[in-house]
Amino acid sequence: MLAVLGVAVSAAMLLDMVMLSSGMRASFKNLLLSRGFQIRLSPKGTLPFDTDATIGDASVVSSTLRAIPGVATVSPVLGGQIYVTVGDRTTTAVALGVDPAVQGDYEIVAGRSPRSANELVASEDFMRASGARLGDTLSAAAGFDPQLRVATGRRALVLVGRAHFIYMPAAQNAVALSLRTLQDMRGEPARDRVSLFMVRAASDDHVDDVLSEIERALPRVTAISTETAMRQVDERLSYFRQLAVILGVVSLGVGFLLVTTLVTVSVNERLGEIVVMRAIGVARARVVLQVLLESTAIMLVGALAGLGLGLVTARYLNSILASFPGLPAAIDFFLFEPRDAWTALGLLAVAGVLAGIYPSWRGASRPIAVTLREEAVA
Amino acid sequence: MTSLLVARDLRREYHMGGELVHAVRGVSLDVDDGDYLAVVGPSGCGKSTLLNLLGGIDRPSGGSVEIGGERVDRMRDTEATRFRLLRVGFVFQRFYLMPALTALENVELPLAEAKVARRQRVDRARELLAYVGLGARLDHRPAQLSGGEQQRVAIARALANRPRLLLADEPTGELDAHTGADMIALLGQVNADGTTMIVVTHDEDLAGAAKRVVHMRDGVVVDDRRQDGR
Repeated sequence: MLAVLGVAVSAAMLLDMVMLSSGMRASFKNLLLSRGFQIRLSPKGTLPFDTDATIGDASVVSSTLRAIPGVATVSPVLGGQIYVTVGDRTTTAVALGVDPAVQGDYEIVAGRSPRSANELVASEDFMRASGARLGDTLSAAAGFDPQLRVATGRRALVLVGRAHFIYMPAAQNAVALSLRTLQDMRGEPARDRVSLFMVRAASDDHVDDVLSEIERALPRVTAISTETAMRQVDERLSYFRQLAVILGVVSLGVGFLLVTTLVTVSVNERLGEIVVMRAIGVARARVVLQVLLESTAIMLVGALAGLGLGLVTARYLNSILASFPGLPAAIDFFLFEPRDAWTALGLLAVAGVLAGIYPSWRGASRPIAVTLREEAVA
Repeated sequence: MTSLLVARDLRREYHMGGELVHAVRGVSLDVDDGDYLAVVGPSGCGKSTLLNLLGGIDRPSGGSVEIGGERVDRMRDTEATRFRLLRVGFVFQRFYLMPALTALENVELPLAEAKVARRQRVDRARELLAYVGLGARLDHRPAQLSGGEQQRVAIARALANRPRLLLADEPTGELDAHTGADMIALLGQVNADGTTMIVVTHDEDLAGAAKRVVHMRDGVVVDDRRQDGR
């Protein structure tokens, strides 16, 4: 029982490592593709929202993009901060200036999307922090002039919707309003500028063609497809994957050694029975098979228990890792997919068979007469 | 009467603690079909080694063993294993039943190995357990059986594939006198029903029940005689 428990712990760790090695990547890909935009454009040499840099002449860029064959949707986004005053409380929030008709940054949870220039939607965290309610008119500013000691870009905005912001970290105060309104609030520095464009190609099969066209038509921006982004993510996450592989191999090795030791001890204790089986005519292959089945069964029973344990620990570890600052709340480090469970089970089954090789060889290769003599002496 | 088993100049040497041990030194035996032979002698005289050589679970250093016309000493491991399964039954002092299996399943084991159909092997195992007096204990595991009962299961297992020869090494060695007497009676019955038997024993009562007694000392046969009227 204790040995099975040991194998279960080892299996749980293996499952977690398998989930970790692929989970963040899969989760990130799901996140990028969640709204169907396959291409993102950011200022030359940057990644989306990596810096405060913006793309100028946004309306021209937007028109150019729309004119490219295969482009279905162009969604401009300007990032910034706004300061919202409700009563005597001022709440800071990340603000996204978007075209509400084609935006890909949020999903409405309650209320509706902005329809006019003086409307905004907000995250639940923002509403909780500011005390704002749907229908409230909020006093919002895009900045503060320290010389004049006044808020700049002040607007009265009506809160029309509560939204879930797809790319935002957990507990992030966030609002979204029309792009033009945010540009106006931020004044000259943001005039006709955006942080990025998200582009949806008409067909997944032609994303690379559209990307090439964009690079040719707009050499002053960096355009990356989801696939390219994933390659960059792969590079950045290679440390995680290596760690996961190493820990996975270690846990597999521990399980292997545990089962090998357990079955070897068990075979040693039953050497008398085993050689008597051989003496009465049971084939060597049958003895080997029996011991291999035993080791595999121990490993699989432990593995099944370990799957449950692994899911529980993965959820716990995920909650710790997901609270890292700046990470989108939708990112999962440990993303469970049935394939992961099968992979872990398959690896453990193979390890179970391998773990049985030495004890089965030991049991089947013992000379019968010598062992019987030793047993008699013992 | 024809000889079922013929051993000629059997020798077995092995190393133990750096010394060469001559366990069996030139033993020749002829055992007739249906005979009941007891091998007796002091501890370490080579009785068990001789039994192992006769049954094909040990390979002689020299000499030959022939059972039913087949040279056991020349068989490869797989052949010897198959030969033991079908032609020779073994009973050991310590029973060595599979603890996880019931009495019925223990007796079924050699039948399953011989690929007897399930229905037939269950019938055969039931029949054998009834024969050894355990018809009511089919589903008991070894730990739930007394020593004598376990030895009866071991005898039933040894007879499963209807061997012509049954080899028993100290079959009463772990039993008390009363149970031992029952066992001697059962072995006598097995022999009376046609199975040739060779038993190695220190038990004078068991040896006394055999038709022929072979005395060994220092690896050689020093006396070989039929008991009166048998």
